[in-house]
Amino acid sequence: MACFIVPATEAIVTTIAAKVLAKKEMNTEIHHEGSSEIIEKTGFSRKLNWLNNMLWGGSALLALEHVWHGEVVPWFPFLTAAADAADRAEMFHEMATVGVSMAALVTVTWGIMVLVSSRLEKRATKTATQKN
Amino acid sequence: MTLLISVFAAIIATIVWYKNAPKDEWNTGMLALMYWGASLMWMCDAIFEYAELKDEFFNPAVADMINDSFLGLTVVALGLVIWLVALLVKDPKGVLKAKFQTKKIN
Repeated sequence: MACFIVPATEAIVTTIAAKVLAKKEMNTEIHHEGSSEIIEKTGFSRKLNWLNNMLWGGSALLALEHVWHGEVVPWFPFLTAAADAADRAEMFHEMATVGVSMAALVTVTWGIMVLVSSRLEKRATKTATQKN
Repeated sequence: MTLLISVFAAIIATIVWYKNAPKDEWNTGMLALMYWGASLMWMCDAIFEYAELKDEFFNPAVADMINDSFLGLTVVALGLVIWLVALLVKDPKGVLKAKFQTKKIN
């Protein structure tokens, strides 16, 4: 009915967070410009962009499915279920169950990706230190 | 069917990304993540649907399957369109930038 709204809302929050973090990371990079030690690491803002891509992409493609099934329309209130009180209650229930589960599953998957990449980076740094 | 088609699209996009990694000039990483995001969301949807329909979930009507297949292909096409627009905006080869700059000089 409108489950894609939950991950789309999360995507708005994470996109803003990624932009703010990217600005902060850029300032840190400039600060350390003179340093001779170079360790190539994926910044957290870049990792957050992985989540953004999954959330925005998934929400956009799911929104198409809802348009396909006539659940999203180009006129107010845009969601056919929002016009009727009983349908509205069902829609909110679906958002709270399916929508939240979708957002959680994507976020957990991203968390695993971040964990694996952090471990790989740590291992690479360790190997580089041992070589030196 | 929509879930299956999006999973296959995600796998193909990931293979293309991996083939060119670590260089991602064509931004295929973004395409792969988009399809994986959609696949995970549809998987979640499928789990809830299975909990509701039980055995009926695995015996869909032929008409529904055909409709879902068309939807899956449309979803893949929309993903490709979004990726193409993002690629042209990013313009990694500077083709569009160069074109506009040449026009300005002339």
